[in-house]
Amino acid sequence: MANNIPENLRYSKDHEWVLVDGDVASIGITDYAQHSLGDVVYIDMPRVGDKLGSHEAFGSVESVKAVSEIFTPVAGEIVEVNDGLNDTPEKVNADPYGDAWFIKVKMDNPGDADAMLSGEEYEEYLSANA
Amino acid sequence: MENLKKTPLNEVHRELGGKMVDFGGWDMPVQYPAGVMEEHLRTRTAAGLFDVSHMGEIWVEGSDAIVFVNRLTTNDVTQLVDGQAHYSAFTNEKGGVVDDLLVYRFDQNKLLLVVNAGTTEKDWYWITSHKKDEDIALTNASADYCQIAVQGPNAVGILQQLTETKLDEIKYYWFTTGRVDGVEAIISRTGYTGEDGFEVYAAAEFAEHIWNMLLKTGNYGDSDGILPAGLAARNTLRLESGMSLYGHELSDDITPLEAGLGWITKLQKGDFIGRDLLAAKKEKGLDRKLVGFEMIDRGIARDDFDVYIDDQKVGYVTSGSPAPFLKKNIGLAFLPSEFANIGQEIKIDVRGKHLAAKVVPTPFYKREKK
Repeated sequence: MANNIPENLRYSKDHEWVLVDGDVASIGITDYAQHSLGDVVYIDMPRVGDKLGSHEAFGSVESVKAVSEIFTPVAGEIVEVNDGLNDTPEKVNADPYGDAWFIKVKMDNPGDADAMLSGEEYEEYLSANA
Repeated sequence: MENLKKTPLNEVHRELGGKMVDFGGWDMPVQYPAGVMEEHLRTRTAAGLFDVSHMGEIWVEGSDAIVFVNRLTTNDVTQLVDGQAHYSAFTNEKGGVVDDLLVYRFDQNKLLLVVNAGTTEKDWYWITSHKKDEDIALTNASADYCQIAVQGPNAVGILQQLTETKLDEIKYYWFTTGRVDGVEAIISRTGYTGEDGFEVYAAAEFAEHIWNMLLKTGNYGDSDGILPAGLAARNTLRLESGMSLYGHELSDDITPLEAGLGWITKLQKGDFIGRDLLAAKKEKGLDRKLVGFEMIDRGIARDDFDVYIDDQKVGYVTSGSPAPFLKKNIGLAFLPSEFANIGQEIKIDVRGKHLAAKVVPTPFYKREKK
């Protein structure tokens, strides 16, 4: 199956994506991740103001069958949480890169995102490991 | 992965896009591209098609067939008549459940035992090692059969188009032999979904034929047509219907009484393995009971999560999951008998958070009878 991997995002090996806008990063899970999980039914979200270290787990996403922790690839403070996903978790399956971002983080070090994988590198990573 | 056992439909599952997993040593589809949610809902509203060929089939034949099976199982085999089946359990000397099974009576000298896939070898050993001098022949025919379940409100109508057997005349938990699209089959009005429907047993070589004819006849591909459904949907369907899964609600260390299977544990029928201990436990009162619960707080209870009351650990979740049709998060759990009451509030340890839930009646879902 061809993976949907937009070029404008950065990716982690834990299958999160990051969209950088200035020093704020939106974080979600990739098409590959949502596909592996199956029908998403529940998301356990953190709170605005929580401080996260790089690669720290900030919540979990649950499908009918499985639970998966979500990690932040970038360190910083949570400035926004996508509460709308509580009522429409299926958006994570339908459009993992659009409305289905989980949190926005004001990055301590914007360089964190640069160190992540490009779309091309993520695709290579998937074909080598998945 | 090469050592996994395969059903005769393995290639078909792959062609349908089934996501294959190791299920107790079997290479089985956990879901197809439609996904567990849609497969579950379609089974409740139209029809689902399940490959359950991994289940074990054991024949018991001879003049002592009924006596023998009655000594090994909890339900009363003498009450079955030709063409009737019942749910039962093998129990060990301590009253624990070796496996749960269906017993089919073909005639007084011929019974078919249908057992769980992961326990077929254990059961075969159990059965053969308990044979004394009875006049019976035992045959493990598991590899010879495919078993295909068609379940849901449209299931009877779909299967009827493929057989001359009058399905309306077969009552729930009755069966007959007949033909499905020309193939000799055992046609059994049973299932594991809480829906009406049939389980069809036939020679393994005809599995693909029967499967494909059921898909075609059920208008697979239409938005309201039949859908192949994987193990994930099979599990959520049985859980919504409050049915036990061996290894979860039942095990060698769990008695059928604790698991709510008193209705198949006929202590008055005469001796059977574990009977005296079960009778004593019933007399004394059960320490724990299986209950259904639904989450009050947001969050999902999963298998093996701990259950608390007033900060004391009192039990554990045997099966927990979102319920796709009911749109609730539900589960089954063992609780001390004193707390096993409808409405009892409990806390479930969901990865360190104690989330509120309450004991509710089972089955969680009951279909409307026509």
